[in-house]
Amino acid sequence: MDALPYTTTARPDTGLTSPKLGIWLFLASEVMLFGSLFSAYVLLRTGAPFWPDQSETLNVPLAALNTVILISSSVTMVLAWAAAAAGNLSRYRLFMGLTLLGGALFLVVKAIEYSDKFSHGLYPSTNNFLAIYFTMTGLHAIHVIAGMVVNAYLLGVTRMWREDHLRFTNRVEIAGIYWHFVDVVWIFLFPVLYLL
Amino acid sequence: MSEPVATAHAVNVRGYLSVFATLLVLTLVTVGVASLDLTEGMTVLVAVSIATFKAGLVALFFMHLKGEKPMVFWSLGLTGVLLVTLFAFVLWTEGDHLLGTKVGDAFGTAPAQTEPVSPKPQGGGGH
Repeated sequence: MDALPYTTTARPDTGLTSPKLGIWLFLASEVMLFGSLFSAYVLLRTGAPFWPDQSETLNVPLAALNTVILISSSVTMVLAWAAAAAGNLSRYRLFMGLTLLGGALFLVVKAIEYSDKFSHGLYPSTNNFLAIYFTMTGLHAIHVIAGMVVNAYLLGVTRMWREDHLRFTNRVEIAGIYWHFVDVVWIFLFPVLYLL
Repeated sequence: MSEPVATAHAVNVRGYLSVFATLLVLTLVTVGVASLDLTEGMTVLVAVSIATFKAGLVALFFMHLKGEKPMVFWSLGLTGVLLVTLFAFVLWTEGDHLLGTKVGDAFGTAPAQTEPVSPKPQGGGGH
């Protein structure tokens, strides 16, 4: 376990475990990635002579449903971490499984939305709004998929649970911080792209 | 394993569920406010404020920012400065026609545009 130091103890100079600092630095770059797209949205919209009625173009109830789904999966993720910290494997599996289910449901709803747009001839090339809509929600969906891959891995691995439990719990926490960030991005995407 | 930090953040299931309930209520409020006939500036302000508050709740409690070490806040602080700068330049560029014209077209309730450009500069311009 010495190959990767400071996975369970704080590094003296940072005061953090290295994975914790690592995930926050990564998320800092992610804030700028999505932030640049949000600023591109503002620029496109304020510079346009005409902007489509977003709530008429998109499906607000489905997006609101997806907001609820993603917030719920955030809660189950933090409960999975709490169960791992408490050493309750069956409870951990239940909540991590529910978190994965939430991610999957989100993608299903997103797929329904996309196919509905396509069937009405609405593509990224249709107008600037749909271009930035598909870009931002598409990038966000990729992030959901990435989080699900990590979560599925953590659901399947139990060896570390037995052999290095604290390290495993920290991994769940780090994966959770990423998953919550994906939720935070959607919390902004929903009103900006659907409601305003 | 001398100083385990996994337990540095207290597990508070009841707290997580309270945050969950608050987030759900605020989602409803967001949808409700958007359907009101507020001015667009107000709608944007309310929607972004609620979203920021929700994001803050998620970050503080689910992402354990509450009680996190200073190094994390330094990283996020720098990111915040860069993000604000990015938006400041965009708003500076577009500030003279940010509201009252193009954005209004996004609302189905808005009547047909009679004047393409608002004659009054809408503050925050600074050209």
